Amino acid sequence: MDLRTATIGSIRSALARREASAREIAQEALRIAREENPKTNACLTLAEERALAAAARVDEALARGEDPGPLAGVPVAVKDIIVTRGLRTTCGSRLLAEFVPPYDATAVERLEAAGALVIAKTNLDEFAMGSSNENSAFGPVRNPVAPDRVPGGSSGGSAAAVAQGIAVAALGSDTGGSIRQPASFCGVAGLSPTYGRVSRYGLVAFASSLDRIGPLARTVRDAAQLLEAIAGRDERDSTSAFAPVPDYEAAMSGDVRGLRLGLPREYFEGLAGGTAAQMEKARALLASLGCELREISLPHTPWAVPCYYIIATAEASSNLARYDGVRYTWRAPDAGTLAEMYAKTRGQGFGAECKRRIMLGTYVLSAGYYDAYYLKAQKVRTLITRDFLAAFEQVDAILAPVSPFPAFRLGEKLDDPLQMYLSDIFTITASLAGLPAISVPCGRTPEGLPVGLQLIAPHFGEPLLFRIGDAFERAGGGSL
Amino acid sequence: MKITEQEVRYVAALAHLELGPDEIRRMTHELDQILAYMDRLRELDTENVEPMAQVLFPGSENATLREDEPRAPLPHEEALANAPAAGAGQFKVPRVIER
Repeated sequence: MDLRTATIGSIRSALARREASAREIAQEALRIAREENPKTNACLTLAEERALAAAARVDEALARGEDPGPLAGVPVAVKDIIVTRGLRTTCGSRLLAEFVPPYDATAVERLEAAGALVIAKTNLDEFAMGSSNENSAFGPVRNPVAPDRVPGGSSGGSAAAVAQGIAVAALGSDTGGSIRQPASFCGVAGLSPTYGRVSRYGLVAFASSLDRIGPLARTVRDAAQLLEAIAGRDERDSTSAFAPVPDYEAAMSGDVRGLRLGLPREYFEGLAGGTAAQMEKARALLASLGCELREISLPHTPWAVPCYYIIATAEASSNLARYDGVRYTWRAPDAGTLAEMYAKTRGQGFGAECKRRIMLGTYVLSAGYYDAYYLKAQKVRTLITRDFLAAFEQVDAILAPVSPFPAFRLGEKLDDPLQMYLSDIFTITASLAGLPAISVPCGRTPEGLPVGLQLIAPHFGEPLLFRIGDAFERAGGGSL
Repeated sequence: MKITEQEVRYVAALAHLELGPDEIRRMTHELDQILAYMDRLRELDTENVEPMAQVLFPGSENATLREDEPRAPLPHEEALANAPAAGAGQFKVPRVIER
């Protein structure tokens, strides 16, 4: 078994046949991480002790003849905005460079309870704000497929680590596309689950009404298995859903005949860099599998970017207020008064994009502008959600590109924040509506850059996404 | 102009964010462009539309209240472990009241 291309299934059978111990897998994964990481900067911290301790628990369970859990011995990487007890969690920010959380996120707790080995914390845009991973205080991540290009963001490190062979799967977070877009840029599968499907306890907050934790993996099946381990009600997150977690494995029947897939015409305009051609091939493949494809309209799509960037920055400006130099490790050294300490700590600690969003968010919430921007955006959010609910009267799921273009060059969009925001156009709509959406690899452009196919389902429609995504993948969708 | 340098300084003060003169200039330019783009929302009539503050599902349960039972909190030392300055079981900050 080669860990660089292994899946959860291949690790399970290697352990069952005693071809490898969990300890050997952990050591090999860490060795690969040390060797590979300098090429991309995907990981910020390696969790050697923690991974070996988890591996020992798996090996002991196996020695006693017990079930070591559905993710036993699987090396996973965790985005560095999901807290890990005793393991540095930076959020990609200078402010938290030394922050060591006193507790574990629920998703991490559940992964480890299922036998997974947390081997690394992955790089990201600072506080998950960005679409290129260039906003990290610890340097950008390079795309393992094309090192002069970005891996996407904000979960760029998680996507790169999976694509590059460092981790078999990873946790990311998605607020406006931060799992799906890097998954598409790096050629891996990535799911943003229904809002509330996975507990946000221990996910450092960016925009609380939009934030979700989800899996990135080499196959749709692996993403499904990861989700199954982390999903479900958690009383420590009052927004986590009570809906029971279904058997995602059972949903992947391979049969998609008769499913009605809607192609929103607004999502096929202005595609660039070979994306349209890959989408055309995907459409033909799904039709050959028996899906019924039809054009639909989501008419409020053109207003999604302004709507999203008002709501997300408003929530971010509130959530980031806590980084004031009092509780979280870093304080500007040269402040005389309390007020000066707040302003200097924040002014020197946050990077340019965080400052921009704090400013935008503070502005749209300030007296005189609240109704014109924030309240207006919340109403438009209702309209965007209604578009989807109406579409799901006619179709079972929606099919669209993840991004208008494949991975762009490092630095290409860095000086134009508005252009960067516009690159999120096809992912933020499902985020605003709280819908589950998956990015499935859909071959490569003539330049060799991965393209992602996005599938969007009604709330709690993850089984349908896995069913279609898995059938597409098995039919060769990844090498179109 | 959607926003002036003076307004940017006012908003930065609201946000407790110290910005240098170059940052103020650049921020004014960028926010101006972004806010102009955000004005596109005015094209939509939202007269009788309810604002959406959170994601709600049809038939979702709301039984999020639990019994108020005492539990062990995060120990003091652990809660203070990340503080830039702590003492006597408290977070320490620059003096607020002059003696």
